[in-house]
Amino acid sequence: MLDIIDKYDILGAFWMTIRLAFFSAIGALLIGTVLAVMRVSPVAILRRLGAFYVNTVRNTPLTLLVFFAIAGPYYILQISLTPVNSPTALVDNGIRWAIVALAVYHAAFVCEALRSGVNTVPLGQAEAARSIGLTFGQSLREVILPQAFRGSIAPLGSVLIALIKNTTVASVIGVAEASLLMSEIIENETASVSVFLLFAMGFVILTLPFGVFFTSLSRRLAVKR
Amino acid sequence: MDDVKPLAAAPSEQIPDTPREPMVVMDGVNKHFGDLHVLRDINLTVGKGEVVVVLGPSGSGKSTLCRAINRLETIESGTISIDGKTLPEEGKPLAQLRADVGMVFQSFNLFAHKTIRENVTLGPVKVRKKSKSDADQQANDLLKRVGVEAQADKYPAQLSGGQQQRVAIARSLAMGPKVMLFDEPTSALDPEMVNEVLDVMVGLAKEGMTMIVVTHEMGFARKAADRVVFMADGQIVEIGTPQEFFTHPKSDRAKDFLGKILTH
Ligand SMILES: Nc1ncnc2c1ncn2[C@@H]1O[C@H](COP(=O)(O)OP(=O)(O)O)[C@@H](O)[C@H]1O
Ligand SMILES: [Mg+2]
Repeated sequence: MLDIIDKYDILGAFWMTIRLAFFSAIGALLIGTVLAVMRVSPVAILRRLGAFYVNTVRNTPLTLLVFFAIAGPYYILQISLTPVNSPTALVDNGIRWAIVALAVYHAAFVCEALRSGVNTVPLGQAEAARSIGLTFGQSLREVILPQAFRGSIAPLGSVLIALIKNTTVASVIGVAEASLLMSEIIENETASVSVFLLFAMGFVILTLPFGVFFTSLSRRLAVKR
Repeated sequence: MDDVKPLAAAPSEQIPDTPREPMVVMDGVNKHFGDLHVLRDINLTVGKGEVVVVLGPSGSGKSTLCRAINRLETIESGTISIDGKTLPEEGKPLAQLRADVGMVFQSFNLFAHKTIRENVTLGPVKVRKKSKSDADQQANDLLKRVGVEAQADKYPAQLSGGQQQRVAIARSLAMGPKVMLFDEPTSALDPEMVNEVLDVMVGLAKEGMTMIVVTHEMGFARKAADRVVFMADGQIVEIGTPQEFFTHPKSDRAKDFLGKILTH
């Protein structure tokens, strides 16, 4: 076992997992927030566009999205996310397109988490806000969004944990993250069960603190009704 | 002999013994929810300083009437004006007008993520542009007046229903409203808390606040109301003084209704 740990760059592979998760989480939060605002906006066309995005992306297997991200834009349309003649162009494009696909995919879930937060705010809160003369914008800022945010912490936590685990899908386009290395080691070595347990533990170490953090945060900030 | 009371002469008219200036005027107001005609040609004038209690069976349109006055419900025809100003359609002018109309809901609707004091200061600071310290000062005075000053730093969920409703009244009062609307303010309360809220409302009425109150509390109507408006099926069926209405209701609908609630 120790020789395996010596021979392969396991920490390096998990570091790649963390990078994938970190950048795609930022992308997913940004795109997801825009989508959520679209979905609760008073403009019907924006609401419909937002709903279309969420329904389409949510119902597409992530593996396909990741595969299409590299096959479509990169190989066919030749859209490179790195300088074309860089020596690591192929590897870096794989990583970056994987991040794009992960962000696009999880944005749909971020959107729904935020929207479920908005739905935890009773209608009466908005009516009371309007009744004291707050404008639409002030009601959102002062009353609705602060409560909606607190209501979406727990579901957002679940989305981020799923995202961390879903980075393993990037292995289908050869991104050298943890699960790809695991398959490689299991293929080459004999100690497959213990290798598997080692990597499983790695993922638990990555995700468990998130779960604990989000649960306690959502409990601490929960709006009591 | 010549001071004949004009009460019986004009049954559908309002009692013309109110030489008050009008505060709220509803003129030919109609509204539907789909096929349901919830407000049918409503004409009602509420004078400055007047207290009007609205009664009627469930589903008769009382809440909708109340909510139309600060445009939480839109209307399809007719006009509503407050202190001479017609209700604006949308946007900033509407928000400004709403600031002058206090509203107290059956379910309190205190801002759940803000403390009691912040609930009372939010409007004065954001809408009336008061300084934080002035608003705090005013909030302390108002909370004392409704008897919940000791709870100022708590959150709404930590208070009893009666306390929450008194805070909701203080939150409205903080805006210095010209008129206050109450939609069944005591219906969601445990019986032992009803009076603490009604006492605050009676106090307001005595001080000359213009009030429109949807309530089935007969005690309040007798004690504080200048007029009682009886609604059924989206129409105003009868208007009279509490004394008249409770002892000699004219319409069958009103007799039937009173028969039901007074036996309880
Ligand atoms: N938002 C709404 N959509 C559809 N129907 C409604 C809505 N609000 C109220 N109604 C209906 O309008 C009628 C009058 O309601 P409401 O004004 O709440 O009556 P009340 O307060 O006298 O009980 C009821 O039949 C009710 O079901
Ligand atoms: Mg009602």
